[in-house]
Amino acid sequence: MSWILLVEQALNGLQFGVMLFLMAAGLTLIFGVMGLINLAHGSLYMIGAFAAAAVAAATGSFVLALIASLAAAALAGVLIEATIIRRLYDRDHLDQVLATFALILIFSEGTRWAFGSFPLFLDRPEALSGTVSLPFGIEYSRYRLALIGVGLAVAAGLFWMIAKTRVGIRIRAGENDREMIAALGVDISRLYTLVFALGAALAGLAGALIGAIQSVQVGMGEPVLILAFVVIVIGGIGSVQGALVGAILVGLTDTLGGFLLPKAFALFLSPATATSVGSSLASMSIYILMAGVLLVRPKGLFGGA
Amino acid sequence: MTRESFLNAVLMGFLLVVPLAAWALDEPFIITLTTRAVIFAIAGVGLNLALGFGGLVSFGHAAFFGLGGYAMGILAYHAQTYTPLMDWPFVIEGTKSMLVIWPVAIVASGLAALAIGALSLRTSGVYFIMITLAFGQMFFYFTISWSAYGGEDGLSIYVRNSFPGLNTMDPIQFFAICYGVLVLVLAGVQRLAHASFGLALRAARQNEERLQAVGQVPYRLYLTAFAISGAITGLAGALFADLNRFVSPSMLSWQTSGEIMVFVILGGVGRVYGPVAGAALFILLEHTLGGLSPYWHVYLGAILLGVVLFARGGIFGLLAGREVAHD
Repeated sequence: MSWILLVEQALNGLQFGVMLFLMAAGLTLIFGVMGLINLAHGSLYMIGAFAAAAVAAATGSFVLALIASLAAAALAGVLIEATIIRRLYDRDHLDQVLATFALILIFSEGTRWAFGSFPLFLDRPEALSGTVSLPFGIEYSRYRLALIGVGLAVAAGLFWMIAKTRVGIRIRAGENDREMIAALGVDISRLYTLVFALGAALAGLAGALIGAIQSVQVGMGEPVLILAFVVIVIGGIGSVQGALVGAILVGLTDTLGGFLLPKAFALFLSPATATSVGSSLASMSIYILMAGVLLVRPKGLFGGA
Repeated sequence: MTRESFLNAVLMGFLLVVPLAAWALDEPFIITLTTRAVIFAIAGVGLNLALGFGGLVSFGHAAFFGLGGYAMGILAYHAQTYTPLMDWPFVIEGTKSMLVIWPVAIVASGLAALAIGALSLRTSGVYFIMITLAFGQMFFYFTISWSAYGGEDGLSIYVRNSFPGLNTMDPIQFFAICYGVLVLVLAGVQRLAHASFGLALRAARQNEERLQAVGQVPYRLYLTAFAISGAITGLAGALFADLNRFVSPSMLSWQTSGEIMVFVILGGVGRVYGPVAGAALFILLEHTLGGLSPYWHVYLGAILLGVVLFARGGIFGLLAGREVAHD
C-alpha cells in the first residue's frame, strides 16, 4: 500500500518538476541570451493563468483558454520588452532586479484592480477529469498525467528547436557572442524580443496548466518564480538541460521530502514531534539541496566554467 | 560643509521635528509613522553596507530582519508566559528588557548572515542574488511551519519591552529610543565606511584583482560586511517587532527583502544616509498614495521604475550631486 503512495508522490513530484521547467526554461534562456535577471517572469505566469481563466469562463473551452494564456503572456512579454526591459540589458543586475520588482508591483496591483482579490477557478477539461489506472494497481489523476506529458513534449520541442532550427542556432550564437552575430547581420533586437516572448509564453502556459489544479489569484507567480530561481541555480544559469534536470530534482525533492521526512523521523521520534520536525525540514529541503549543489559546484550542475 | 552633509543634517532634523510637532499637536499616529520610517531606515542602512559599499546585491535581508523580530518575539513570549526558553543543559529564561533582546537579535542575525554569506559568497553576480533570495525563502518557510511559535499566525506580545528609565508604551519615548539607535548605527557605519575596512571594501567592489595584489582577501571583507549588515538589519527587526508588538512570517517574506532594497535605491546607493531618505520617502508615499487608492503599489512601481531608468543615484543623486559614483 505504502509503495503505491510513494509512486503516486513520485509522479506528483515529476509533474511539479516539468511545470517548473516551463518557468525555468524561459528564465534561463533570457539570462543566457540577454544577461537579464527577470523577476517579472512570475507575473507573466500569473497573466497566463488569468487569461486562461477569463477565456474559459467566457467560452467554456480549455483549448481556447490555453491558446489565450500563450497569447496573453507572449503579448505582455513583447510589450514590456519593447518599452522597459530593452533599456535594462546594459544595466547592472541591481537595476534589473529593481526595475523588474517594480513591474511585479504594477502587474500584481493592476490584476487585482481588474479582477478583484478573490481567486478565480479554472476547471479541468471534461476529457481529462477523473483518474487513470496504471500498471500494478496505481490510480493516478488523468490531468496530472497529461501535465507530465505536455511538459515533456514542450521540453523535447524546445531542445529540438535549440539544436536544429535556425532560430535555435541564433539563440545559441547569441549566448556565445552577441556582437559577433550582430556583425553577421542578425537583427539582434528582434532576436531578443523573440526570446523574451518565447520565455513569456512558456511561463503563461505553465500558469494556465497549474491554474486548473490550484486557484488563480494575484501573487500566485512569485513562489513559483523563486522555485524556478532555485532550479536554474542548481542547473546552471543559461543551460536549458540544466533547467530540466534541476526542475525534476527540485520537484521530486519537494514532494518526496514532504512525504518521506515526517515518516523517517517517526522511526525514532514521537509522532507529533516527527510531523512538526519533518514538515519544517521538508519545507527547507530544496534550499538545502541547493546549498549542497553549490558547495560542490558553485556554477550549478551544467554551468560552464 | 558639502551638499551631502547638509542634506544629511536636514534629513535627520526633519525626522526629529515631525514627531515632536505631532507630539505637541497630540497626533500619536504621525509619531508611529515616523518611528516606522526610522526603523526601516536602520534596516536600510544595514543593507546598504553590503549592497552600497560591498556591491553585494542581497535579496534575502528579510531573513535577518525577521530573525531579529523573532529573537524579540521568542524572548518576550517566554517572559510573558513565565516559561523558560530551555531548561537543559542549563535554564534560560525569557526577558522583556530591550537591553538583553537587542544583543541577542544582533548576534542571532549576525551569525545567520555569517553562515548564509559564507555559502553565498562562493558565487557572485546573478547567482548571489538568487541564492540570497532562496535562503531568505528557506527561513520564511521555516517560520511558517514552526508551530511552537505561532507558525503562520505569528506571535503577539502584550506590552512593549522595557528600557531603563523610559515608558516604552508612550509613542514619543519609543520614537526617541529608535531615533537614538538610528543615530548610533549611522555614526558606526560612517566610521566603518571611512576606516581602512570600508575603503578596502569599496576597493574590492571596484576592482578585486588590484585589491588581491596588495594583499587583501576580498572574500573575508565581503563576509565581514555581510555579517555586520545582517546584524544591523536584525536589530531593526527587533525594534520593528517591538513597535507592532507582533512578529509573523510576513517579516521574512521576499517582498520585505525587496522593500528594504527599495529604501536603499530610492535614497541613493552607497551613501551612508541614503536609506534614511529612502525609508522616509517610502513611508510618505505609502501614506499619501495609500490614501488616494487601495492600489497604490501601482504608483509605487511606476515611481520606482522611473528612478531606476532615469534618476540613477536616487534622492541623494538628484539633490547632492554625484560625489560618490554609483557604478
